[in-house]
Amino acid sequence: MKKIIELKNISKSFDGETVLDSINLDIYDNEFLTLLGPSGCGKTTTLRIIGGFETPDEGDVIFMGEKINDIPAHKRSVNTVFQKYALFPHLNVFENVAFPLRERKVPKKEIEEKVNEMLSLVMLSGFAHRRVTSLSGGQQQRVAIARALIAHPKVLLLDEPLGALDLKLRKDMQQELKKIQKATGITFIFVTHDQEEALTMSDTIVVMSEGRIQQIGTPVDIYNEPQNAFVADFIGESNILDGVMLEDLRVRFSGHTFRCVDKGFASQEPVDVVVRPEDVDIVPEAQGMLRGVVTSVTFMGVHYEVIVDIGGFKWMIQTTDFVDVDEHIGLSIDPDAIHIMKKSEYSGLYGDYSSFSNELDELSQPDEEEEEEE
Amino acid sequence: MTGNAKTSRGALTPYALWAALFIVVPLVFVAYYALTDNEFSFTFENITRFFTATSSVDGREVHTYLLIFWRSLKLAVISTVICLVLGYPLAYVMARASERRQKIMMILIMIPMWMNFLIRTYAWMTILQDTGILNGFLSVLGLGRVHIIGTESAVVIGMVYDYLPYMVLPIYSIMAKMDIKLLEAARDLGCNSVGVLRRVIFPLSLPGVLSGVTMVLIPSVSTFYISQKLGNGKFFLIGDAIEGQYVANNLHFAAAMAFILMVILLVVMAVMKRITNHRVYGGKAA
Repeated sequence: MKKIIELKNISKSFDGETVLDSINLDIYDNEFLTLLGPSGCGKTTTLRIIGGFETPDEGDVIFMGEKINDIPAHKRSVNTVFQKYALFPHLNVFENVAFPLRERKVPKKEIEEKVNEMLSLVMLSGFAHRRVTSLSGGQQQRVAIARALIAHPKVLLLDEPLGALDLKLRKDMQQELKKIQKATGITFIFVTHDQEEALTMSDTIVVMSEGRIQQIGTPVDIYNEPQNAFVADFIGESNILDGVMLEDLRVRFSGHTFRCVDKGFASQEPVDVVVRPEDVDIVPEAQGMLRGVVTSVTFMGVHYEVIVDIGGFKWMIQTTDFVDVDEHIGLSIDPDAIHIMKKSEYSGLYGDYSSFSNELDELSQPDEEEEEEE
Repeated sequence: MTGNAKTSRGALTPYALWAALFIVVPLVFVAYYALTDNEFSFTFENITRFFTATSSVDGREVHTYLLIFWRSLKLAVISTVICLVLGYPLAYVMARASERRQKIMMILIMIPMWMNFLIRTYAWMTILQDTGILNGFLSVLGLGRVHIIGTESAVVIGMVYDYLPYMVLPIYSIMAKMDIKLLEAARDLGCNSVGVLRRVIFPLSLPGVLSGVTMVLIPSVSTFYISQKLGNGKFFLIGDAIEGQYVANNLHFAAAMAFILMVILLVVMAVMKRITNHRVYGGKAA
């Protein structure tokens, strides 16, 4: 695969506050890459540096082998789909999409053909002469995509483009974006704080936190082999426990020694252990590797979400078997369900599920979106 | 719902009264005086007089009031264009400056407006006189003196000075509100600075330009004092003519001129609004 963009040691700070701290990232041709992280992690700033709206304080932006730090946005073969679309309210759908071509003085006839072609790609044929202000959020989104793609950029940047859409529409647009990316063969760089979105759409996910890249990998890698407690906690649900590596393939946590598939740690090295809630089996108490009391059961449709108190640590378990609150149960964990991570600065930050609430989690989301870094 | 509608209507009452008393009633009076003679019987005589009255200037017969009106319109349009040319870039720079700068610039623009405009006009007299500050300054620099006072230029300078803030403020306020993302989008899609200005900023600022032009054009067409002081009374404008008739107790003819001026301005504004509406669809101007 061909590298299309390289970020080399990019640092950026605003008013003395470090937003990006030595970012190194290679982006390949034809790839759907997602920058994922909570607000303030630097993902939008990274995108803006690639787009040419910010210049890095340190480091180089390399585009197809050439340094482009000082090339202004309008001369880069990179286009952006903005968070709130930024459609031109004084122009209709056709003129919005035609905007980049008019700037390039493309002949009228060709503009008409290309715009119509683009509008049909985003399934908006017949909307050409509508005002953009009269369109729904989803339709505006499509206009923004058509407008950004019409000049055939090498790279398309998408800044939380689905954030303003409702759930159903968001799911549809995820599929559609993926389809458009495949059809056009353009590299997509997608920014989101929604881990599910990142997992479903991306070829590569870049997990960011506090201006640093935490992990780069495929969705499966990121989910199954998180590099540290931050990634494990941010992507999906996880029980993160303090453990000690006894020797290769043997780890001790929660008062029990488990077989595992990880090796290469020092003997007696303290580690973080990740067990995903869906990888835990509920067994009769007597047969359990671990024993505990069920403290809450929530029906989620496909499965139950069960919180189990094991020696004071609240585990989350997802199961299709029904258990009752206050029931004493045993847990069994297969060796390949256990993932061992080196201790990091994030160790111990993410506690158990004792104060867990789905609602609280969702309630805190809209706020985060609002205060997204400028 | 009805309760809400009722209270909001109730809250509007004082404004409705105010508007009726100070806007509608005076307009009705102007129209009434314009269309009656000294005995208050209906007549078009005052209206026709405006269009037909002639006098001789330099041995030529001219339509007195049409000539005056034409001159007023010409000076007003020149002033408005100059205000626009000066005010638009100023508003643009202001809207893009840091918040602190914006406040300072706003104060600098507002301060002269706190002074009575007669005083400001007198200040310009002392500046522009043949022995005034400007000529003193020029001769110190070794440049020749210029004769400005008593020319149309002096009148235009006075009007531009007085009315510039009315051009800057509406344009500034619309530019300050403009979504910065739109400008970034334009750059992203291939526009250089000139392109962004031409294709996005300017069309989106048209409603501000329109209200700025309105707020400068209307008072400059009907201005009267500036022309007397800075034009040495040589450039009789329509405002001066109305004032003159009023002072001479010719209330009916004064009202007729005011009425005609008003109708013409309304037509001009309506046409301008139509033109800009054609260009600004989707915006708030509609």
